[in-house]
Amino acid sequence: MGTSLSAPDQDDDFEDLAARTGFSLEQIGNLHKRFKHLTNNQSTLRRENFDSVTDLMWNPIRSEIIEAFFDTRNFQPGGTGSVREITFEEFLIVMSHFRPPELNMTSEQRESLRTKKLRFLFNMYDKDNDGKITLQEYRHVVEELLSRSGTIGKDTAKDIADAAMLEVASITVVHMEPDEFYEGITFEHFVKILKDIEIESKMYVRFLNMDTTTLCK
Amino acid sequence: MTLLSSRCRCSGTSIPAPFRGLLFLCALVLLLLSEAVEPLGASGSPGGAGDSSGGSHGLQKGCEADVTKSKHPTNRTKKPFPVLSFDYEHVKTPFEISLWVLLASLMKLGFHLIPRLSSIVPESCLLIVVGLLVGGLIKVVGETPPVLDSQVFFLFLLPPIILDAGYFLPIRPFSENLGTILMFAVVGTLWNSFFMGGLLYGVCQIKGTDLNTVNLLACLLFGSIISAVDPVAVLAVFEEIHINELLHILVFGESLLNDAVTVVLYHLFEEYAGVGSVSILDVFLGVVCFLVVALGGVLVGAFYGILAAFTSRFTSHTRVIEPLFVFVYSYMAYLSAEVFHLSGIMALIACGAVMRPYVEANISHKSHTTIKYFLKMWSSVSETLIFIFLGVSTVAGNHSWNWTFVTVTIILCLVSRVLGVVGLTYVINKFRIVKLTTKDQFIVAYGGLRGAIAFSLGYLLDKSHFPMRDMFLTAIITVIFFTVFVQGMTIRPLVDLLAVKKKQETKRSINEEIHTQFLDHLLTGIEDICGHYGHHHWKDKLNRFNKKYVKKCLIAGERSKEPQLIAFYHKMEMKQAIELVESGGGVKLPSAVPSTVSMQNIQPKKPPSDRAIPQISKGREEEIRKILRNNLQKTRQRLRSYNRHTLVADPYEDGWNDLLFKRQKLMEIEKKVMCVSVSLTHVPNWWLHSSDPQAYSSKPTSDDLPTIKVDLASPQSPDSVNLVNEFQKAATQNDPDDDGGLVMKVPFADKDQGEQDNKKEQQRLMRCLSDPGPGGDEEEDEPFLP
Repeated sequence: MGTSLSAPDQDDDFEDLAARTGFSLEQIGNLHKRFKHLTNNQSTLRRENFDSVTDLMWNPIRSEIIEAFFDTRNFQPGGTGSVREITFEEFLIVMSHFRPPELNMTSEQRESLRTKKLRFLFNMYDKDNDGKITLQEYRHVVEELLSRSGTIGKDTAKDIADAAMLEVASITVVHMEPDEFYEGITFEHFVKILKDIEIESKMYVRFLNMDTTTLCK
Repeated sequence: MTLLSSRCRCSGTSIPAPFRGLLFLCALVLLLLSEAVEPLGASGSPGGAGDSSGGSHGLQKGCEADVTKSKHPTNRTKKPFPVLSFDYEHVKTPFEISLWVLLASLMKLGFHLIPRLSSIVPESCLLIVVGLLVGGLIKVVGETPPVLDSQVFFLFLLPPIILDAGYFLPIRPFSENLGTILMFAVVGTLWNSFFMGGLLYGVCQIKGTDLNTVNLLACLLFGSIISAVDPVAVLAVFEEIHINELLHILVFGESLLNDAVTVVLYHLFEEYAGVGSVSILDVFLGVVCFLVVALGGVLVGAFYGILAAFTSRFTSHTRVIEPLFVFVYSYMAYLSAEVFHLSGIMALIACGAVMRPYVEANISHKSHTTIKYFLKMWSSVSETLIFIFLGVSTVAGNHSWNWTFVTVTIILCLVSRVLGVVGLTYVINKFRIVKLTTKDQFIVAYGGLRGAIAFSLGYLLDKSHFPMRDMFLTAIITVIFFTVFVQGMTIRPLVDLLAVKKKQETKRSINEEIHTQFLDHLLTGIEDICGHYGHHHWKDKLNRFNKKYVKKCLIAGERSKEPQLIAFYHKMEMKQAIELVESGGGVKLPSAVPSTVSMQNIQPKKPPSDRAIPQISKGREEEIRKILRNNLQKTRQRLRSYNRHTLVADPYEDGWNDLLFKRQKLMEIEKKVMCVSVSLTHVPNWWLHSSDPQAYSSKPTSDDLPTIKVDLASPQSPDSVNLVNEFQKAATQNDPDDDGGLVMKVPFADKDQGEQDNKKEQQRLMRCLSDPGPGGDEEEDEPFLP
């Protein structure tokens, strides 16, 4: 499988990583291969390396996704700001946000998994790390989502973002005086409005145990 | 008949009385008519069944006279001109059909009048009981009750139900769980058939049960008939218990997709049961036949679906017949599939699912409502008729009861279902990410109800090839009764007992929509980064293909480029506007979340000192105005097309669309104004509090809306915001073109007040409740792939 190139201490690293991120050894092996492929056998990943993933060009939120990999909040507890390059370990930690829930999880474990995933999503929206999603940031997200549709999107994007923000405010902070100002969506509000979507069951990517990366680019 | 009505009147005020009275009335009318037919048919023998009223004698004498008269056309002696004649024969068939439909609908009405009954007993059970009663009545009188004819069932009663299911099929959960559903449908049904058939044959061979005449193939045939989960029964029961989406789609999807397996097995065994043996080649051909039947059915359905979508692209001038295309194309798909013995059910599902996103983008809102209601109405009537006829057929049929056979069948049904589900789930869970728990497995196993399809298939058996057909029919009916009554009645308390997750009743909000789309793109991106061609990757590719090529062909005009988010947003706005109108406008809307948050709480205040005041260029203004005008014209065009066909244009709908677009335009103005504002950035409180939200009625008749009258030297802009006066102004106003108040300060204040009103209106619109459709339909908001 994927560990033919590894020295004995790389195996230990993998074991350590498996213990910390929850991936299995085969999955880590596969992801390591992919990492090597993306970085052309370097040891660190840079933003430019993502240009080789052609399918990503179609993605309207491409820049947010790439930024998420370099955002220290996602792989260091209490980190701020973004870095220029990341190691395999940090890559793996970001990927571990997309692991599916296991069958025998307790409800607390599910809750914590859910919070972790929601935190990741929140960080993607909240770029300036002030702890809340302001109207500007929200508008930016909606505009990006509609960015493939030319001029039709631009006029309505603002409306949609405004309406959505209004809805969040109505649900979370039910009563506001007319001259109060709703600063932005905090993490608690974010959790509240998304409580109907089962994030932990929806936000996952199937990580392969078998080696099929040779079939894909 | 007068005796009957007097009996009803003096039986007190309890609700069941009129319902019982209706039942007796209908049954008696049926009997009378069927008797009245006899003397007419028998050409002249005076009526033998002179019961109850004396009126019938007179009528019979009258028809005798008529009959004798028509028998001697040459001997035309002058008889008195018949003022009133009775000729039932030529309307007999439609009359009886209508009477049955009426009976079914009245029964349905009656059940819901009785308090608490519908919450304990599912409707299907009640309807079967009614069928039994009616059948019994007919038999008591001496007539032969009609049996559920398989032709009628498969050609007329089943398609509406399946079309309703297919058109409103929630595509997303269906496609996500397709693998699981196919496993249950194909492998599960095969397992059930062979397990049951084989064990039944073993039981039949036991000496002492005198079932030796039943050979292996006949047993397998019986097994294949009885093992298929029935969509009608599943729908009837599951609709009332509201379990979560996943389980609903698993059981329901299975019941739809196992049709192909059932068709193939049925024909295979029926063909060869006479011959007595099946070779390996036949088995191989059977497998090939299965693939052909399933895929062929889907292709036929998809073809007709695309035709329907393409046709709907051109219906903008003849809106009235839009629903017809949906119905006729779907029915043609079903019939075409049946011609080639392909799976008609799968054709119908494919047709409905394929055509829906494109048709809905093309047709008007009214046609959409029409389609929805017609489908629900027809499927409801069909379902009711099916269950009633099941009851009647039970009484009517010849039965051959064999204790061993029937009890073994029932036990084997349960056992094989449970074993099948458990075994399959064990295998499926290895491939699923979100695994099925034991509770889920129990519900899936327990929800495997059998129904009228099994009965009709059994009824189709040829008696000469299958001498034990009556025994089979008896067993089938018993199994159906068992599953519908016992399982149907107990599933609801069991669901509550096991605390199975119920369906989320909340309406899909714009936030969820945004985040779901965001999540989709995110997961696709991660999959691409991992280099893994997974579920999201293919879905994204399909979406892009759809957007690039298919939508351009099948959707008319501008809407082909409309992204899903915007479509969703417009749909929501439209819905809220219509709800506002329907709720009468004057009444304060019941709000889901009473909230005092409004738009200006969200808009950031711009401190005047550190902002240069940008001027909006004339060019940009012109652009905005042009876009708005275009939008307004387009909407007007779509709504005016009813005038030619004597459907009066709904003044509310016209007016409200105008209003919505005026509101949109006003918001645009407001944004411009925010940039341009000089000294009135902080709107003083008394502006904001001075208007009473209660007074905001949208009644078009009242023209005294308490707006703040601003005494201005400068002319008020004609499109300042008197919400109600919009209706009157709409006639006189041609162009939303006079933004004259832009740069002036004082009208800005007035406009801002208007903005304020608008925002309150908008906010109130946001709090509207969902559309009160028939039985809480959620599927209509389910967006297709973007």
